[in-house]
Amino acid sequence: MNELIYFFNYVVVAGSVTGCIYAIGAVGVTLIYSILRFAHFAHADMMTLGTLAVLLLTLAFPHAGDPLGLPTAIVMLPVAMAFTSLVAVGIDRAFYQPLRSHGVKPIVMVIASLGVTLMLQGLIRLFAGTGSQNLYVDARKEIFRIDVPGVTRPIILTEPQVILFVITIVAVVGLHLFLTRARLGKAMRAMSDNPDLARASGINTRLIITLTWVIAGSLATIAGTLLSLDVAFKPDLSFFLLLPIFAAAIVGGVGHPYGAIAGGFLVGFAETLAVFNWSVLLRPLRDSLPTWLELPNNLALVGTEYKIVVPFFILVAVLIWRPTGIFKGKVI
Amino acid sequence: MTAPSTQRPATSDRRTLPIRELVLFGGLALVVLAVFATMGPAYSTRMLVEASCYAILALGLTIQWGYAGQFNAGIMGFVALGGFSATFFSIPVNHAFWASDLPGRLGWVLLAMVVVTAIVFGISRLDRIGVPKLLRTILAIVAGLIGYLVVISWLRSVTGDIESQVEFIGGLGLPVWLGWIVGGALAGGVGYFIGHICLGLRSDYLVIATLGIAEIIKAFLKNSDWLTRGTATISPLPWPVPDPGEVGFLTARALYLSVTVVMIAVIFFLLHRAYHAPWGRMIRAIRDNEVSAAAMGKSINRRRQEIFVFGCILMGIGGAVLTSFNGLFDPQGYLPLNHTFLVLVMVILGGPGNNLGTLFGAVLVYVIWIMSGPMALAVMHAIVALGSHWFDWQPGNLDSRALQARVFVIGLLILLVLRFAPRGLIPEKVAHHD
Repeated sequence: MNELIYFFNYVVVAGSVTGCIYAIGAVGVTLIYSILRFAHFAHADMMTLGTLAVLLLTLAFPHAGDPLGLPTAIVMLPVAMAFTSLVAVGIDRAFYQPLRSHGVKPIVMVIASLGVTLMLQGLIRLFAGTGSQNLYVDARKEIFRIDVPGVTRPIILTEPQVILFVITIVAVVGLHLFLTRARLGKAMRAMSDNPDLARASGINTRLIITLTWVIAGSLATIAGTLLSLDVAFKPDLSFFLLLPIFAAAIVGGVGHPYGAIAGGFLVGFAETLAVFNWSVLLRPLRDSLPTWLELPNNLALVGTEYKIVVPFFILVAVLIWRPTGIFKGKVI
Repeated sequence: MTAPSTQRPATSDRRTLPIRELVLFGGLALVVLAVFATMGPAYSTRMLVEASCYAILALGLTIQWGYAGQFNAGIMGFVALGGFSATFFSIPVNHAFWASDLPGRLGWVLLAMVVVTAIVFGISRLDRIGVPKLLRTILAIVAGLIGYLVVISWLRSVTGDIESQVEFIGGLGLPVWLGWIVGGALAGGVGYFIGHICLGLRSDYLVIATLGIAEIIKAFLKNSDWLTRGTATISPLPWPVPDPGEVGFLTARALYLSVTVVMIAVIFFLLHRAYHAPWGRMIRAIRDNEVSAAAMGKSINRRRQEIFVFGCILMGIGGAVLTSFNGLFDPQGYLPLNHTFLVLVMVILGGPGNNLGTLFGAVLVYVIWIMSGPMALAVMHAIVALGSHWFDWQPGNLDSRALQARVFVIGLLILLVLRFAPRGLIPEKVAHHD
């Protein structure tokens, strides 16, 4: 039983955490794709930017969260979301909009987004340095230990993980309601289905584009902050987040928000399962195994240092067998 | 951005003096001379050698992006592969390794790898003899998983022994140019694999996949201590020409420069011929109008594959030459900024699809890049002086922050060029025939 609890702590919990973060990131990427038709590579750096905003606000007001009993970073999240959305809209107006009106190919937009990536990276590291920093400035992470009867090892959950699950559920449900019930949300879906028809039927496409950036910026801030709450704020994650997020968006079918959520969890769990040391689970069976079969100490599929191989492998597999993704993405 | 401009008048002045090129190259020569005058010949020659290595990389990207419209965001990975190959072939043999039983054990593991791959491949073809497809897929996945686990645990034990007993496997002690060629071939092989998967799909996928493979190659080289000594780095690397210890810095670097210049001349000549050959026309036709090229019976995916692999080969060779010149193989020294985005800026600034423009961009951007280091530091000091004056801002490690300022500038440069000079300083000349 102890081994099962170990499995739960190190795979189910950890996988859900990574899955949530990839899912929120992938939803942003996929929304931008479905409205603007290009792969937005600066998304991971928008996550970092949002987190940096949270970090700075938390440093400025370290005790703002105490009356509510929440970490200060969570209280500061809405402000940072507004800030990141503004930056995202500004970037669009300054860099993407002119290119769009020139009617360039999507690949040129991709290169432009790589340029934006570098600019954001440079700015962030210029001001925040390259070291990692803790978002819990003046407080400690609470750790919940849940005892399971008959087992010595408890189930361990930390406070940020609980917050992460709650916020992810809220964000996903909110997005779902927005896309299916609200007038603007329906307009967004119409535009992603057929931009020309949407424009002809009187939808304000400019407003929709702005709205897309606001949603993407907010989601990026949420994902980045929750990731940093769980671990720490690292300014140089960018390229390591980009691959899993894009793999998640593609697995789910590009332009498909629900697919992106599913893809995020798939990639997150795949990563966790791949680096998990399976011989821990097999250890109780050791005595009953035949003697010629000796159990190696390390049965992980890949070492932690090669974690990035997993999303790449998933990406390659999907591109070979089903380039439209699980949920039949539209374009490509 | 590389679409032919239909509004341009048909050019009938092809025989007149190319004024734009002359002016730009003249200005570039002046800049290089100014660097020679201020920084001394040894430093400037080193800069020129490195710029010429980058020019090979840029030529690789210009045929992918300029000729064919495929964008490669993983140049760093191909550079690192080339660098590894140059290192592995040229450094001295590690006799302790070859005298032990380790080479044999490593050989057995490699053999096991081949056998397992063959078995899994065989199982994946079982449906040809009537096994249901679902069953075949399950069998293949299970067999692949078990085989992988077995092989990887053997490999781990062997590599662990190599690291603890002889540190690493050493090199082959062969001439360095052999390593350069093999480096190109390795990069081409990886390029073939990536291209095979992505080139039939939208170009965004190629960007994601190349970005990913570059990080994977770097992670592999960094963590495989038994093969590359990982973070401990390998130095010195031999040169194909007499090294500075024998003939002095300036002569040795000048000799190296002559080697790279000859290489560029050969590559340039071949590319020029290819560009104006029917093959080059076909590539451009596919880039500009895929549908009509397909309607003309051109095999689009195969041509794309060819040009992508050619570009990757050039990148591998360029990376090998660059690493040999640096004399140090450090997997952590390969950075997306220095080895991917810098090359991108060279190509789009110089003129994608125009070999001469690419060469111009490579040298110009590299000179600016090298000079921008001290400049960024000075600017940084000024900003910090102001910042501490106004906001009491006291940042540490200024050097690394100054490097980040360069990141910002490169990003801004990419965006400005895309916006205001999408065809580069020396644009591609599209021949018009009335």
